[in-house]
Amino acid sequence: MSDLLELKNVTKTYSRGLLSRVSTTALNNVSLKLETEQPTIMTVAGESGSGKTTMAMLLLGFITPTSGQILYKGKDIQTLRGEERMRFRREVQAVFQDPFAVFNPFYTVDHLLSVPIDRFKLAKSKNEARDKMVEALTAVGLRPGDVLGRFPHQLSGGQRQRINVARALLLRPKLLVADEPVSMVDASLRANILETLRSLQKNYGVSIIYITHDLTTAYHISNSIIVLYQGSVMEAGDVDAVIKTPQHPYTRLLIDSNPWPDINRRWGETEIKAREADLSKYSVGCRFSARCPFVMDKCKEVPPLFRLMQYQAASCYLYEQHPSIEPEKLSELLPA
Amino acid sequence: MFKTRPKTITGSPKAVSMSPILQVKNLQVSYYTDAGRVRALDGVDVTLNAGEKLGLVGESGSGKSTMALAMMRMIKPPGRIEGGQVIVDGTDLITISDEDMLQARLSKIAYIPQGAMNSLNPVTRIGAQMMDAIRAHQDQSTSDWISAAEMEKRCKQALESVDLKSSVFKMYAHELSGGMKQRVCIAISILLRPKVIIADEPTSALDVVTQRQVMETIDRVQEQIGAAVILIGHDMGLMAQFVDKVAVMYAGRLMELSNVRDMFTDPKHPYAQALIRSLPNLENKGVFNGIPGMAPALLQLPGGCAFHPRCLHAMEICKIQRPQPTTLPGGRVVECYLYSEKV
Repeated sequence: MSDLLELKNVTKTYSRGLLSRVSTTALNNVSLKLETEQPTIMTVAGESGSGKTTMAMLLLGFITPTSGQILYKGKDIQTLRGEERMRFRREVQAVFQDPFAVFNPFYTVDHLLSVPIDRFKLAKSKNEARDKMVEALTAVGLRPGDVLGRFPHQLSGGQRQRINVARALLLRPKLLVADEPVSMVDASLRANILETLRSLQKNYGVSIIYITHDLTTAYHISNSIIVLYQGSVMEAGDVDAVIKTPQHPYTRLLIDSNPWPDINRRWGETEIKAREADLSKYSVGCRFSARCPFVMDKCKEVPPLFRLMQYQAASCYLYEQHPSIEPEKLSELLPA
Repeated sequence: MFKTRPKTITGSPKAVSMSPILQVKNLQVSYYTDAGRVRALDGVDVTLNAGEKLGLVGESGSGKSTMALAMMRMIKPPGRIEGGQVIVDGTDLITISDEDMLQARLSKIAYIPQGAMNSLNPVTRIGAQMMDAIRAHQDQSTSDWISAAEMEKRCKQALESVDLKSSVFKMYAHELSGGMKQRVCIAISILLRPKVIIADEPTSALDVVTQRQVMETIDRVQEQIGAAVILIGHDMGLMAQFVDKVAVMYAGRLMELSNVRDMFTDPKHPYAQALIRSLPNLENKGVFNGIPGMAPALLQLPGGCAFHPRCLHAMEICKIQRPQPTTLPGGRVVECYLYSEKV
């Protein structure tokens, strides 16, 4: 049985202009596997510009990797055609961050939800289609009567985002790429949406790639986590280990800047060293070295991943006494 | 290099002057829609001292942003401010003339709207936009008229106080990152040293590291000019890190107003309790305590207390009559019958 999804040494660089040799590496040699048998929730975390969204776009086949391959059920997604391509389109769904930008303002919610139903022939009759819509909307905590027949501008951001989740739900996907799905949703509703996502994984066997900068929700929903910084993996492993005992200086910075909803856990324990570092100077070696408080001479070379525990590894020379692990074996660090 | 300022942000009790700089009394706003009258804000009272930070939380549609707009007198038709007072530094903003209100905005009360960073003009330099703000508030009849050079100096100072280089003055918005643009907006809001700064989700589009830097910036400039800050948002984590007091709104009403520690450790109102319970923390992994039920549609508000259909402690009276605010020891205000007879 081939894996549901496999990334083989995927790199994506964006070059500026036709003649310019300057290019930005948005994702640097990432290898990853998601098994069909064990649906899991994996978090990809990092700040803006870390390559999170590039990864989502690659997984969805919107952009092609500069090098490397992305395989869906053993087949390169770039080569999928016809029937297979339709199946990929149906089975891999996405929920994006900005619920204000993804809707066509001229169409009502009914239309938005009926497009996938028609396209993938999910319902035999209008009534069945309607029932599916109502079911999906109820599942994400919306009153169908409140939203059906309305235009996107008449709905709040939270409502729109839940319509997105409902739309993905309609298709019963195998893989859901959720790019910051709750960052623009009310706190009291976040719990409901996350619960919905998790029941999707548990009850329908959907694997979820949860892309976020919010480590609080990542901790609660996912099994494993990959921390990216400028396209490179900084730390990866079991979500408990990484969030409770972060090892890489970047992960520590992220964890410490996270606004924990805990009155006894305040900001300000670690220093934010550099704010807007001149990143061009540090194009060699460890990506984080420009902002790292522990930077050493050695950091001019790219550190490999050092395996600290069975399910935790950090790409940092602070841990060079530990055995290193090849980037191709990243998945071994991630518990299902 | 950016050094932390451990003193700030920790919410330690600071010397705050005890005279209220902002008093909102019985503020009422309604929107007149085709489907009927919507009471977006129904009698809200808030008092804030100079140097204090208030967090305003609630679900979408609970009236948080309406409250900010009403305080700025920026409610547009079909909305209307139907009553109440917004007293800033002794002046009731609701009763003054439109001309005076124009002057009061930014000089007495400043507003950083949601997504403020997208409000910068892309074809004008940052400096010109900042100077505009000062120029609009120049009173040419009096002697404190400022020269252009003086204005520029002030703008650069404001930029420096939000940790930006003064060279930003000559830049365009597209040359700045999201966090920098947001800090430019904060710089503009403090140009005229307002008494009250209202920030409506100032960091909702920023990632955590930048968010922390922006919040620390607001914290620092607020301390410098001694303004009161109202932070609107739904991120309870941010509230825990930043504010002194939390006001929980629901369906246009203030459900509970407590200091931040009490709110997080011992919330009183059943809605506040549910809100705090819904927060994920490191001890209860994988437990999601969403609030059951749905926020009411403002057009068909349930009678009595608006929260009663979702409330675990609802009594007969909750369905009939809206509870009045009750003041508990420690200056906490709760609008719930569970507490009204205990006083």
